[in-house]
Amino acid sequence: MTTERDYDKLLTVALDKAMPYDWSIGLHGSMFFQEIRENQRFVGIRCPQCKKVYVPPRRVCGPCYTEMDELVPLSDTGTLRAFSVVNYPFIDPNTGGQRPVPYTYGYIQMDGADNIFSHIINETDVSKIEVGMRLKAVFKPKEEMQGHITDIIHFDIIS
Amino acid sequence: MAQKVAIVGTGQTDHKSHRPDVTGQEMIREAVDRALEDCGITIRDIDAIVIGNMDHFESINYVDNWSIEGSGGFMKPIMKVTTGGTTGASVAIAAYYHVASGMFDRVLAIGWEKNSESDTTGAIITCSDPIWDRFSYSGAIPSLATEATAYMKQYGATQEDAARVAVRDRNNALNNPHAHLQRPITLEDVMSSPMLAHPIKLLDVCPRTDGACAVVFAADGEAQRLAKQPAWVHATAVRHTYSWFGDSTDYDAGLVSLARASQEAYKKAGISNPAEELDVAELYLPYTYAGIKWIEDLNFCGRGEGAKFVRDGNTNMDGMIPVNPSGGVISTNCIGATALLRVAEASIQVMGKGGKRQLPKVNKALATGFGGCFWSDVMILGAERS
Repeated sequence: MTTERDYDKLLTVALDKAMPYDWSIGLHGSMFFQEIRENQRFVGIRCPQCKKVYVPPRRVCGPCYTEMDELVPLSDTGTLRAFSVVNYPFIDPNTGGQRPVPYTYGYIQMDGADNIFSHIINETDVSKIEVGMRLKAVFKPKEEMQGHITDIIHFDIIS
Repeated sequence: MAQKVAIVGTGQTDHKSHRPDVTGQEMIREAVDRALEDCGITIRDIDAIVIGNMDHFESINYVDNWSIEGSGGFMKPIMKVTTGGTTGASVAIAAYYHVASGMFDRVLAIGWEKNSESDTTGAIITCSDPIWDRFSYSGAIPSLATEATAYMKQYGATQEDAARVAVRDRNNALNNPHAHLQRPITLEDVMSSPMLAHPIKLLDVCPRTDGACAVVFAADGEAQRLAKQPAWVHATAVRHTYSWFGDSTDYDAGLVSLARASQEAYKKAGISNPAEELDVAELYLPYTYAGIKWIEDLNFCGRGEGAKFVRDGNTNMDGMIPVNPSGGVISTNCIGATALLRVAEASIQVMGKGGKRQLPKVNKALATGFGGCFWSDVMILGAERS
């Protein structure tokens, strides 16, 4: 599609077709979503070398470059380590549509994990959110779960 | 290293939000021509080229091929380097290695970005893991904002503390004819600007700029011939973490990549007290909170002391360690070029070519690059051949 600007003769070319992709979640990631669906519970993985517990579970500990296979059950609660209330419009490259704003993007330290899990917090009033608050995951009904990050709808502030 | 290396010439475009008057290649050529002119050579004298921009931004892959007529790379060895926001510094460091290895004597480093032809936020989001992080992520601003909320909670820093960084940099930009944003601002302007992502307001964060930068690296012997005062490379260091957002930030430890990279660079350059021994720092500070937090990781001051260090004027043009005489990233941000601009501006200060933004005597200068998932590049330049 080529359009002519009314103020001069300079032209712009735009493409309007989406490019679909499929991504493998991997064995450990798939087990994470199975655990969410079956037990509404998070699961992490422990590095045999540095003993860190990672969520989501993945095959290799990056800093140690070591294969991991010890799955660790976690709860569905955690602590807010950092957050931001996103307030500007932008196109979501996954959907091609505008992401609904405002929404709160948070880094959550799940109980029993050493790293941080990123997700959405169900509160956009900054006067009601504080680093250090306790959070609990809210899941979709089991029959609606698809093995996708949106099986966790968001996190609620519980204290 | 096989041979010593210096920067002998720099070139940068006129930076604007939108440059419909030129294609990307033509814009690159503007910077390249100015860099060649700055050291009095032609493209025939260039042995090799390292070029970079942001992946996915202009939807052009193989920019090394695509940009030939802008880079002047026809029938020359060219390498593309793209490492996110650090790209410009990575390009500079790769160009340095090309010469330091002894394989080439004159190498051109190029960084560029035509943000007006890019969906910047959409493109940045594609750096996130598509399964775990992309669903909630919204680009650069909220990852920086989360870092800011953690820092404010930890050390009691305020939005006003951060705003002083924007006031300093934007007012420094008035001395730089190449700066994109050239309007003076006050603390009140920053505080009353629209909230983009708590606690980052419009004037807390960098703009999107169309522009390019080119820097000529030359070998010992050649460097003294091409520049009256070459800017010698005293040290480079790179630290990249990885792309799990939840793993790449340790809020208790600061910006670990910058702390480690700068420690290595200081050691190589024989610097033990950076705030006193460096004469200028061109820092990749994409948002104001970085200006109070990351200077702690650079060891300019202690943990939690960044806000006071800035408030006391230590980073002003007449302070202990002037930061960003150019106006910094908050005034000009052609992303793939942004970190190369830091290197170029640091070398301009060493070469004494800074015009109104020039500091009286610069013996040692620091440039940093930031990007990716809290990644850092560092380069230290000096007037003395070391």
